[in-house]
Amino acid sequence: MSERIAISVTVNGVVRQAEVEPRLNLADFLRDHLRLTGTHIGCEHGVCGACTILFDGATARSCLMFAVQADGHAVTTIEGVASPDGTLHPIQAALSAHHGLQCGYCTPGVVITLLELQRERDGTPIQETELRHALSGHLCRCTGYQGIVDAALDVL
Amino acid sequence: MAFEYAPVPLMNTPAPLFGQSIRRLEDDALLRGKGRYIADIALPGMLHATFLRSAVAHGRLLSIDVSAAEALPGVHRVFTYADLRPSLTCDRIPLAMPSGAIRFDVDPYVLAKDEVCHVGEPIALVIADSRAIAEDAFGLIGVEIESLPAIVDPRLGLADGAPQARLDCKDNLVARMTAQYGDADHAFAHAAHVVDAQFHLHKGGGHSIETRGVVARFDAEERLLTLWDSTQMPHQAKRMLVKTLGLDESQIRVIAPDVGGGFGPKFVFHPEELAIAAAAMLMRAPIRWIEDRLENFTATTQERDQYWQISAAADADGRLLGIRGRLIHDHGAYTPYGVALPYNSATNLLGPYVLPNYRLDISLCLTNLIPATPTRGAGRPQGTFVMERLLDRLARKTGLDRAEIRRRNLISPDQMPYRTGLTTRDGGAMIYDSGDYVESQRRALNFAQWDDFETRRQAARKEGRYLGIGLANYVEGSGRGPFESASVRIGPSGKIVVTTGAAAQGQGTVTMLAQLVADVLGVRPETINVIAGDTAASPLGLGAFASRQAVTAGNAAHRAASIVREKILQVASSWMEVSAEDLELADGRVRIKGAPQMGRTFAEIAGALDGMPGYALPAGTSPGLAAANDYQPSALTYCNGTHVAEAEVDPATGVVRLTRYTVVHDCGRLINPMLVDGQVIGGVVHGIGSTLYEMMIFGEDGQPQTGTYADYLLPTADVVPRIAVHHMESPTNLNPLGIKGAGESGTIAASAAVTAAVEDALREFGVEIGELPITPSRLFALLKAAR
Amino acid sequence: MKPAPFRYHAPRSRADLLALLAELDDSRLLAGGQSLVPLLNLRLAGPANLIDLNTVPGLDGIEMHGDTLRIGAMARQRTAEHSSLIKMRCPLLAEALGHVGHQQTRNRGTIGGSIAHMDPTAELPVVASVMDATLWLDSTRGTRSLPFADWSAGYLATQIAPDEVLTRIEFPCWPAGHGWGFAEVTRRGGGFAMVAAAALVLRDAAGAIARAAIAIGGLGATAVRGTAAEALLIGHAPGDAPISDAAASAASLPAESDIYAPSDYKQHLAGVLTERTLLQAIQRSGTHV
Repeated sequence: MSERIAISVTVNGVVRQAEVEPRLNLADFLRDHLRLTGTHIGCEHGVCGACTILFDGATARSCLMFAVQADGHAVTTIEGVASPDGTLHPIQAALSAHHGLQCGYCTPGVVITLLELQRERDGTPIQETELRHALSGHLCRCTGYQGIVDAALDVL
Repeated sequence: MAFEYAPVPLMNTPAPLFGQSIRRLEDDALLRGKGRYIADIALPGMLHATFLRSAVAHGRLLSIDVSAAEALPGVHRVFTYADLRPSLTCDRIPLAMPSGAIRFDVDPYVLAKDEVCHVGEPIALVIADSRAIAEDAFGLIGVEIESLPAIVDPRLGLADGAPQARLDCKDNLVARMTAQYGDADHAFAHAAHVVDAQFHLHKGGGHSIETRGVVARFDAEERLLTLWDSTQMPHQAKRMLVKTLGLDESQIRVIAPDVGGGFGPKFVFHPEELAIAAAAMLMRAPIRWIEDRLENFTATTQERDQYWQISAAADADGRLLGIRGRLIHDHGAYTPYGVALPYNSATNLLGPYVLPNYRLDISLCLTNLIPATPTRGAGRPQGTFVMERLLDRLARKTGLDRAEIRRRNLISPDQMPYRTGLTTRDGGAMIYDSGDYVESQRRALNFAQWDDFETRRQAARKEGRYLGIGLANYVEGSGRGPFESASVRIGPSGKIVVTTGAAAQGQGTVTMLAQLVADVLGVRPETINVIAGDTAASPLGLGAFASRQAVTAGNAAHRAASIVREKILQVASSWMEVSAEDLELADGRVRIKGAPQMGRTFAEIAGALDGMPGYALPAGTSPGLAAANDYQPSALTYCNGTHVAEAEVDPATGVVRLTRYTVVHDCGRLINPMLVDGQVIGGVVHGIGSTLYEMMIFGEDGQPQTGTYADYLLPTADVVPRIAVHHMESPTNLNPLGIKGAGESGTIAASAAVTAAVEDALREFGVEIGELPITPSRLFALLKAAR
Repeated sequence: MKPAPFRYHAPRSRADLLALLAELDDSRLLAGGQSLVPLLNLRLAGPANLIDLNTVPGLDGIEMHGDTLRIGAMARQRTAEHSSLIKMRCPLLAEALGHVGHQQTRNRGTIGGSIAHMDPTAELPVVASVMDATLWLDSTRGTRSLPFADWSAGYLATQIAPDEVLTRIEFPCWPAGHGWGFAEVTRRGGGFAMVAAAALVLRDAAGAIARAAIAIGGLGATAVRGTAAEALLIGHAPGDAPISDAAASAASLPAESDIYAPSDYKQHLAGVLTERTLLQAIQRSGTHV
């Protein structure tokens, strides 16, 4: 077993401290050490998008980062998206209203990307082509993307 | 015993929820990241497993030395076949399905015994403190394999003198069968038009975004094995474990937790499910194995190659006289799913058309590749593809419009029920129960503005763009039996609990069942707890395959709820001394019509039926407010539809872009149109993937060349067109609710429609597409040859 | 699919970084990780030491120095894509960046990481080639630069020494009014390219083509220049530029087959994309010079 390194990461606004092996990826750290299992692993090579989180406010594949790299940084996962009072974020609610999820496995990553898009657009309406391009970094085998696209067009 | 086609009276449509697009009960937890998938399950003291897999496609396993690996700190144990065999009742996992056509069943071993037959076949099982450590051990396991020739192309595998794909099978022809009726040769002898074609059809894997996974825990005191399994078929998994581990039914519980997509491969019981269960019993510790994506590419069953040589004969008016030909099917290294896949291709070829004569000779070849088993569509898209491409070629030959030649051949509604000349794979007559195929095509052409297309084509052509349009009709036999179970129980808490042997992987099964039961019992669906996919909750069950769960579990749950309703009315009528006709169910109560304050809660009624020691039950009823039903469909019910695709093709690069997509879909009565739309659209996109992008490539040595999603391409949001779905509702009279399956049907016509559109866009070049997927380089090669 | 064990190093200064590189055997530099970490996860790479560049300050600047755009190797692809400076002075680079991976990978992926990884079908090497970029390398032995044309050392390999780090890439910007074109053919939408091409065109006061540059990626291990095609264009007015001859010239560049595209198809695409990017570049070019 290799050395362990102490890290301090702000996850969904809460400072979390741990000692981790360098090879532990950030997705596994969130899932297995912090038990935030909403961040899913689908490919471990950065293509499927299920593990997408916000890293210092920008989307990132958590399977392509090591937990040690998050030391001193801020991470937002799906568990930090709804309001503290439990109200779903409008993006989450729209996905349900438009049947933008079926098995739900890709959903947390999709929500995170839509959060980033919403922030970046800041009220400027998005064209469907541009939206689909932004979503092309997520693989969904269930929905054919249409419900996701409709949900996003509804709230962005 | 064969099924008998037996119509039943159609119920009046329940109300008020039936037919409404209510939101899914599943969504809230999933949207919050609070789903519980297999990899989310963590048990105290849990160890982690990985499988050392064969790096060669075919070889004789000479020796395995695990001593150095077992000495690695953090490694608990390395199991080989010899280590696990004493815990098992049999050498091989008895997966074989009954089929007269199979010449020899080739069931897999739990781990390779003395021969490896495909890259990715499990050889050794490493148990360690973490997945990472278990992978560290791989390099320390000494495996000696004598390489043997590999069969990769089934056509070569069937040639005289071909090497054996397996040393335990004397040749590679694992099954041969003929689907036929009438006299095809006679039909060809008298035909005005004949077209001949060859097709090499490839269909890819299931590719649920969640891979497979198993968590097993054995409680030695209770002698209870609990297996959490990312499966479509928990009851099937339990049956296999009972057979192979020598435990009885009370000692095994299989739970499918939230499952992140199925699409076919999770139907199949894979060796890892048994290996992890056996290891947990031997180790006396919970063990988790989560397949990684590379394993998913090399060890999860997939659909693959079919080679068709096929001809169609028609009379002078373009009416089909006969189809005959030969199909060679790449079956892979084992036979975990019988002959269903190519048989579905053969039967679905008929489609919604009158075909008087038919003969298809089917050969299944063992290869040194991953076993081929159904993925969404299950061989049907290939059959539909072949029929629809033949019709387009006949249209060209006869000069008829592609829609017109289909219209002339469609089965008309007054021919329903329509008996085809074939039997289904479970032995029953293949009978289309209902549907208006002519109207389906008419509406689809109308919605897709088929008649105006030439104007659009010409306008685009002036801009230098090449547009094409394609059309395909299909049917799908859905709701396969023999049964599905459901129970509805209300205890003294008043909570309504529905259990079922159905299993959900995203279809919305929980919502669908809650919606049906809520209508019967007059409650809101969110007050109902639906438990699916747990063998402890439902002693009998089958699970998810063949677009069947709304039909089978839906009717079972509806029937069970109706019995519970009758019991509520009976007890309340007796207690309240009013006639049952004067009572109604609403908001979890039974009450007097017109006097809603006069009533009893379900909890009160359930409490009374729960029994008090020594006191009689009310109104002479039987104990418990519960009912169970095992719904047994008498035959398949056939959904149908029409797809129209429009594509733009860049002849300079071979790049295809889909611009429009129209579906008319008829699955009988719709329980929840939103869910059906989701199934259809998802299915279409899966079909688009098979047609344009997904290609599992192997080298001549059987090495997979596509093991990541950078190599193997799934359709993404930017290449998928908006898909317009229009419903028709032709109820079936094969089940009381009048419903048909919808889970796979979107997939079935997509390849045919898209290919037709691409060919049409390039019609001035005279390109004929015979190979899927249609990649840019393949299209370029066709264009180059045509020029 | 978990990486083999490695030691992790997080240097806090350039000096620390260079010292680590000089001292450690068997090390890999971790930039954005979008190409390296998949290889680690798949155990196709397994260095004993991983040196994280993300903790080293000052490697991510984007600035003009005269007419040269200097981009720190650790500048994120998405930062560069949205940089108004780059959009204004080097619009080709901004456009090409839109094709790199996906939004979620561009947030982490770096300019230097892509140039150092040298995926044969990557977009940034095509831009570096067509712009005659200069690469700057540091080590305790000193600083050196080399032109992009000399960078490749075969498939997924470069001239970087084991103790060196790529610190910045310099793109000599073309004068205002130059035209640019970028296009690629992928197997699926915005996915990986099979062949990618970039073109730059500058017209003189009379409107004739004074300078032209064409680069093609995906044909072999590295992006290559269509120098013969470029030469054909010089001196021609846009209307009578021998575009199809230039395309034919590009289509004769050598190409290697892979499992997705045979060499004849790649060569054909080189021609098609040369034509398309040249037309685009000419259309976008002005005559302000």
